[in-house]
Amino acid sequence: MIKTKQLFAALTLMILGLSSAHADYTLNLMQGVTELSNDVYDLHMWVLWICIFIGIAVFGTMFYSIYYHRKSVGHKAEQFHESTTVEIIWTIIPTVILIAMAIPATKLMLEMDDIQDSEMSIKVTGWQWKWEYEYLDNGIHFFSTLDEASNKARQKDSGIDPRSVPHYLLNVDKPLVVPVNTKIRFLFTAADVIHSWWVPDLGWKKDTIPGFINEAWTNVEKAGTYRGQCTELCGKDHGFMPIVVIAMEKEDYAEWVAEQKGVALAEASAADKEWTADELIAKGETVYANNCASCHMADGAGMAGTFPAITASALVTGDINAQIDLMMNGKGMMPAFGQMLNAVDFAAVSTFIRNGLGNEVGDSIQPSAIKAKQSAQTENDEDDK
Amino acid sequence: MSAETAEHDDHHDHGPAKGWLRWVVTTNHKDIGTLYLIFALAMFFVGGTMALIIRTELFEPGMQFVDPQFFNSMTTMHALVMVFGAVMPAFVGLANWQIPMMIGAPDMALPRMNNMSFWMLVAGVLLLASTLFMEGGAPASGWTLYPPLVLQTGNALPFAIFSVHLLGISSIMGAINIIATIFNMRAPAMSLMKMPLFVWTWLITAFLLIAIMPVFAGAVTMLLTDRFFDTSFFDAAGGGDPVLYQHIFWFFGHPEVYVMILPTFGVASTIIPVFARKPLFGYSSMVYATAAIAFLSFIVWAHHMFTVGMPMAGELYFMYATMLIAIPTGVKIFNWTATMWKGSMTFEAPMLFSIAFVVLFTLGGFTGLMMALAPVDFQYHDTYFIVAHFHYTLVPASVFILMAAGYFWLPKWTGNMYDEKLAKLHFWLSAISVNILFFPQHFLGLAGMPRRIPDYAIQFADWNMISSIGAFIYGPSQLIFVYIVYKTIKGGTGEKVTDEVWEGAKEQSLEWTLPSPAPYHTFSTPPKEVPTMSTSR
Repeated sequence: MIKTKQLFAALTLMILGLSSAHADYTLNLMQGVTELSNDVYDLHMWVLWICIFIGIAVFGTMFYSIYYHRKSVGHKAEQFHESTTVEIIWTIIPTVILIAMAIPATKLMLEMDDIQDSEMSIKVTGWQWKWEYEYLDNGIHFFSTLDEASNKARQKDSGIDPRSVPHYLLNVDKPLVVPVNTKIRFLFTAADVIHSWWVPDLGWKKDTIPGFINEAWTNVEKAGTYRGQCTELCGKDHGFMPIVVIAMEKEDYAEWVAEQKGVALAEASAADKEWTADELIAKGETVYANNCASCHMADGAGMAGTFPAITASALVTGDINAQIDLMMNGKGMMPAFGQMLNAVDFAAVSTFIRNGLGNEVGDSIQPSAIKAKQSAQTENDEDDK
Repeated sequence: MSAETAEHDDHHDHGPAKGWLRWVVTTNHKDIGTLYLIFALAMFFVGGTMALIIRTELFEPGMQFVDPQFFNSMTTMHALVMVFGAVMPAFVGLANWQIPMMIGAPDMALPRMNNMSFWMLVAGVLLLASTLFMEGGAPASGWTLYPPLVLQTGNALPFAIFSVHLLGISSIMGAINIIATIFNMRAPAMSLMKMPLFVWTWLITAFLLIAIMPVFAGAVTMLLTDRFFDTSFFDAAGGGDPVLYQHIFWFFGHPEVYVMILPTFGVASTIIPVFARKPLFGYSSMVYATAAIAFLSFIVWAHHMFTVGMPMAGELYFMYATMLIAIPTGVKIFNWTATMWKGSMTFEAPMLFSIAFVVLFTLGGFTGLMMALAPVDFQYHDTYFIVAHFHYTLVPASVFILMAAGYFWLPKWTGNMYDEKLAKLHFWLSAISVNILFFPQHFLGLAGMPRRIPDYAIQFADWNMISSIGAFIYGPSQLIFVYIVYKTIKGGTGEKVTDEVWEGAKEQSLEWTLPSPAPYHTFSTPPKEVPTMSTSR
């Protein structure tokens, strides 16, 4: 018994020690920044308090009994063994409590489902392991991937302290930008496996499922940056596809939209220009690090049995078209990169792996050629539908 | 007929066969029970080791020990091994030992099938374990095996699927055997409403198993044909439906979790009256509540899928139906409390584990009720909140009760008393560490940490470290149990136990009327009278 107490004391001290070191002990659900998320929080607290109340009543009775109705204090056992009356009472009381929970829950459920009068729509597509955002009203379209700093730090034995990375694992290269005080409709689908899109501050999550389109809506009341993650196991890098939503005042948002249109134009002209092999290889190295290295490893050695090596691979050192087909369409655990990378990045990384990581094939492919293949792929997809 | 009987009588007093072959060919319910229990205990440590690998990686942010793919294999295999290799077989082991002794039968109704179902279980689990060494690694898509992700598994996929088939056949045979035994071999005086509650809960569980295992087998077979024979059951590109799999899986999966909890209820209802020295309160309402929970388990499956985008009517229906489970479950908890009320309680290890079960299972019930509310579940779903919830209903519930059952019946099985001091140490270490391990996971989930991730953002670091410390205490503490069991088999404290072992146990259930240790063959003739203290009278 003394040992147990000592152990308990040691543990308590250890926990106290930890808390003084770097205190971040969030206990409860966040309230969030939308009307829905506040309603969810209120319902959560309502049910939590009911549970705490029932807990105190039941455990109180039990511990009273454990303390007073012990053999060691000489309590004699009574022999009663059933009572229909009390069975009915403790069936009816919980039923009433359940109804008191079900009514607000039903109201909130209907409110969350009410997608009408939304002012703009964003289509979200889950990919292994990034998010694709399409603004259906103005044509803005981009992919959002784990930021480079987190990506480097999260590699095994990277030697980088995650605590030194700002918003470790919760930061992306291109965040989703939305205006405040606007009812936004989200459409969710997936390109490969099931993912789930969750930003806790918005108050809900929704699965993105291949072949399905799910809906949800939000209306962010406060400008700010809100972070979340994929919440449906989607393979190796499930833990590394965060979501960042930046809510902006309406004027700032309009500015951002104008800026994005310029970016799209620049990207399109980059795809049409003629690139030298060296330019492609230099760019391809970054693309490789961000998209390929987590499976095929930074040096292209792969992982025996699971992820093939790039170095000296028959496919990569063989016909360039076969290599590009596989990269575009994917195979097994290899995601289909055809629509995930833009033409420049695709051409760059295709050229890089043939002329880097220990390979010396010597050829290259132009972004314009990739662009042609990509549009052919999109047309095929549409024919299938 | 008479010749056969005479021949049988000649061999009547034979004990176990000599040598190791006894354990391979045995058809004795006690031997098979022992095999099941030892196998389950071994798998508990295999699955536990996997859990410790998970908690070690999660001790600190950053990837230190394993790569993410292997991490996913660990979460998947940990769940499959614990569910199909540890908890279910342990309860089948208890059923084998206890049901014949509790109903006054000489053995299980189908002894040869009994042997076969054990060895199929071993084959199934070994096949599953072998996938760890295959090209592409063990399945890494979670124990739910959701497509399309699971179809990306390497060479392991067909092996995992055949393993599920074997485990399913084994469970179905075990269930048939239990039903046949209970319906045909009870002592004449034992009407259905005079059966001990452990027997009742297993009877209902056996029906659940027969209903659900073929469903799971069907679901994984569809995965097999999708992968190898060009069908498109779950492939959207071929006109299939990935959500269909989830509906089928959870039609199996929800009753499956009750397969692990109903016998737990049965053992708790057996132990608590003995140590309260009182009749079980509300026997018949306990039976009806168990049946009600079993029925409800079939009509609530989609509460695991609130976020897949069901129509509003579906969301509301599954929310209401799920909330109803709180009623019969509440009745059970109130009945256990009323059984303790005005008793004359003592707190030996089985009772300590049982009380901890009632308290901690209730906590798991509360979080279950919270998650039943669909609009709030949109926040809780697939976070550490659910991880905390189901571990509370499995570890300090099912596993604690299995430990309680071990301490409760070991003296009857071996004739020796276990070391009460060590058992209490085991209890306190387990009860404290299990809360250090799982309670902070509620906070992590509410703060926004998704489940099944190998690495996490800095704000989750502190609670994860505390949770891992809990795991590092809980895991090794279970070795104390192994030592106690070993010591008890080898003679225990040296004190020979009486037939009833626990004061007044003879009034509670038939097995305590037998000698300790229970002879190899018991109840060759059925007992004339059965105890009715804790059943209806």
